[in-house]
Amino acid sequence: MKFRSGFNRKYVLSLLAVLLGLIAGAILMSSTGHNPVEGYRYLFRGGLMNLARVGNTMAIATTLILTGLSVAFAFKTGLFNIGASGQMLMGGLAATAIGLTYSWPRPVLLTAMMLAAMLAGGLWAAIAGFLKARFNVHEVVATIMLNWIAFWTIYYVIPGYFKGPFLETESRRLPAAATLRWPWLSSQFSGSYINIGIFIALAAVIVVAFVLERTTLGYELKAVGYNRHAAEAAGIKVNARMVLSMGIAGALAGLAGGVFYAGYAATMQIGILPSQGFDGIAVALLGASSPWGVWVAGLFFGVLHTGKGFMTAMTRIPPEIADTIIATIIYFAATSVLVERYWDSIDRSLSARRERRSVSKEEGGN
Amino acid sequence: MGNIVEMKKIRKEFPGVVACDDIDFSLREGEIHALLGENGAGKSTLTSILFGLYQADSGTISVRGKMVNISNPNVANTLGIGMVHQHFKLVHNFTVTENIILGMEPRRGLVVDTKSAAVRIRDLSRQYGLNVDPAALISEVSVGMQQRVEILKMLYRNADILIFDEPTAVLTPQEIQELMKIMQTLIAEGKSIILITHKLKEIKAVADRCTVIRRGKNVGTVSVQETSEQKLAEMMVGRQISFVVNKSEREPGETILSIRDLSVPGPTGVPAVKNLSLEIKAGEIVGLAGVDGNGQNELVEALIGLRKVSCGVIEMKGTDVCQMSIRERMEKGISYIPEDRHKYGLILDYSLQENLSLKTYYRAPFSRRGLLSRSHIRQHAERVIEDFDVRAGEGAQSQARSLSGGNQQKAIVGREFDMDPELLVAVQPTRGLDVGAIEYIHERLLEQRQRGKAVLLVSLELDEILDLSDRIAVISHGELVGVVDARDTDESEVGLMMTGIKRGEVS
Ligand SMILES: Nc1ncnc2c1ncn2[C@@H]1O[C@H](COP(=O)(O)OP(=O)(O)OP(=O)(O)O)[C@@H](O)[C@H]1O
Ligand SMILES: [Mg+2]
Repeated sequence: MKFRSGFNRKYVLSLLAVLLGLIAGAILMSSTGHNPVEGYRYLFRGGLMNLARVGNTMAIATTLILTGLSVAFAFKTGLFNIGASGQMLMGGLAATAIGLTYSWPRPVLLTAMMLAAMLAGGLWAAIAGFLKARFNVHEVVATIMLNWIAFWTIYYVIPGYFKGPFLETESRRLPAAATLRWPWLSSQFSGSYINIGIFIALAAVIVVAFVLERTTLGYELKAVGYNRHAAEAAGIKVNARMVLSMGIAGALAGLAGGVFYAGYAATMQIGILPSQGFDGIAVALLGASSPWGVWVAGLFFGVLHTGKGFMTAMTRIPPEIADTIIATIIYFAATSVLVERYWDSIDRSLSARRERRSVSKEEGGN
Repeated sequence: MGNIVEMKKIRKEFPGVVACDDIDFSLREGEIHALLGENGAGKSTLTSILFGLYQADSGTISVRGKMVNISNPNVANTLGIGMVHQHFKLVHNFTVTENIILGMEPRRGLVVDTKSAAVRIRDLSRQYGLNVDPAALISEVSVGMQQRVEILKMLYRNADILIFDEPTAVLTPQEIQELMKIMQTLIAEGKSIILITHKLKEIKAVADRCTVIRRGKNVGTVSVQETSEQKLAEMMVGRQISFVVNKSEREPGETILSIRDLSVPGPTGVPAVKNLSLEIKAGEIVGLAGVDGNGQNELVEALIGLRKVSCGVIEMKGTDVCQMSIRERMEKGISYIPEDRHKYGLILDYSLQENLSLKTYYRAPFSRRGLLSRSHIRQHAERVIEDFDVRAGEGAQSQARSLSGGNQQKAIVGREFDMDPELLVAVQPTRGLDVGAIEYIHERLLEQRQRGKAVLLVSLELDEILDLSDRIAVISHGELVGVVDARDTDESEVGLMMTGIKRGEVS
């Protein structure tokens, strides 16, 4: 089989990464004396068994999709956003602050919270973009440092201004009107964590896909990502575009924070750098940096995360195995270049063998 | 002398094109065998198959009489086949030695033994007269030197079948002379060479035989001695080529570009252009001649806005553009054909159509209110492709990366001409093009002149400058040596001026 376009090929490679990850996980399970078939059955049943679990899967996927989108978006402009966690915190803080302070009508309040989350995350990441454009500070360094600044900012601001009644380490609970929970939706999924965040994530995927494919902005951002010299020579303001790209990526991660703290959780805890920000890198990798790829990859990781607990509860497989499987998949997705090359060489030796056979047949016939 | 390489009925298809259409090709031991063909004819593909970068769809290869299956470049290496690519493959922050041993590092215990490698490289360099310093950093040596490093890389691996893919396209005339000598030394030392080039002069100078390829087919292998340049060109394009440029008389009009007392800093901050003044009028082609690296690049980059000037004035039709952005200058009518097409000219991962609107995508009809109009982008691309005969397997949708080198160049040239510029800054516009395409680009440049537009032509090839220009400005060490009328000068005078000697200083 030969792939005609690089587009399909990327998706096949992602599927292959998943498959290899699962195989590696199976080997791991059997080598530690567990039954992999059983393990996987519980893992996937745990994520998909009934409506409540599907709802939870989607609730977890919501955040992953948005952080994945954030990483993927920056990546299109050739930037590596490792700071989705910090941007989530800033977005979550902004949303929480508004949610705890104002009692506007619900649609207005929620809209304001989400916009504030995007703005906060966007500005936070734009700092890294600016440092890169102006002083050539690598964005990986800048975003990691901003992660910790965000971490300590939360540490200071939450106890100082939004302290809960009992715990020093947690904010007050958002009132029901300031959360993204929607009773009707929750009841459709038998009272799970699902919330309207999933629709927000879907909308974000559609908007990002549209921006990247159909607008001059997307054209410019990708041009900068592929070849900044040619982009500059074509009159594109490369530095301004890098700041903007980081800003948009940050807005997406900020939105992830907003949906997470106002949808999945209802309080903000201090001393936690949300791991979803880093998982976003894996989601973006597995989704081949394309918006719809991120959507699918986010849902898949959602299944693994939800199913993990069930598998551990039903079998004696430790939760670390599930994490290892996730890590292996990430590993294979990240090294898909090697897989690709291997694939090519198989492809080649097969066609060479075919050829030799046809040559020898010809000679035999003569 | 037997055949050291024999390729039989080699076929390679890419989506939409047959790059090699059952080509037979043989290389004799100890010969320089030239490959000649139009842009996109399939030369690079054929040699890449021999080097194991591509697999042929069908056909057989034998090396030294034995059938082989060259499934990757490592196999080619063990068979003694080496290749210098059209675009070099060197690691810039590595030294010469590190680059050469990359992938086959000699070890002493656990450490890489660079010392003995460096000694061997120095010996090889001396044996073949290459003059390479094993300790130099790649980023700090000239393009010509980088190429020698590529040659050494092959020699270090004991290759005796050497493939050169358009080695002279990136070299200055002096470096070309030296390369020709090096090739002759290589032959004398028992190597066999396949040389791809578009320059008939070079083929005449060094090659023994020449195989002509047209649209993936071998149209004949001839002895170079017995075939004229005219005949070779005809075989290649299938029609007569006129090597004379017909330039009609034309009175220049108003001043389009006026540069006064311009100084431009170079990469290290030292001025690369010093107090330079120059005017270009409507309907005039001004050639900028000079030895490579004498400030031409900095001057051009300052003109189009890629580089800040330290002082002086650049006026387009009376308005100072020094403070304008690149795009504002484009809107004022400045177009630019860059020297380095991969770095400044194209976005290789974009499709051809996206590249063809790289400078106009933000305007109607290519986009409205920030939304791209694919149909207009498409139509425009198809027109340029048609006008400039850009050949690509999947038409406007082809990825720019998949185009042959010459077709990439034609795409850039087409895009810039299509903007209908008042001033066209063309740096080496015909680099890597076949003679047919060169003839066409030259015609288009003259047409710009005829239509009352201004052209600044920067080229290292004196022939091109002398043929096309109305006036020739000669630059040396960033200073303007003088401006002469093309009608009353010749190669030797311009050549002398390029060394910094002013007109009239010698008699
Ligand atoms: N990787 C690829 N994918 C798709 N098409 C390709 C690829 N490589 C080459 N082609 C196509 O094959 C044809 C032959 O290309 P090739 O590079 O061999 O030409 P060439 O003779 O070296 O031309 P030039 O003188 O311009 O370098 C061209 O039409 C080119 O577009
Ligand atoms: Mg080529």
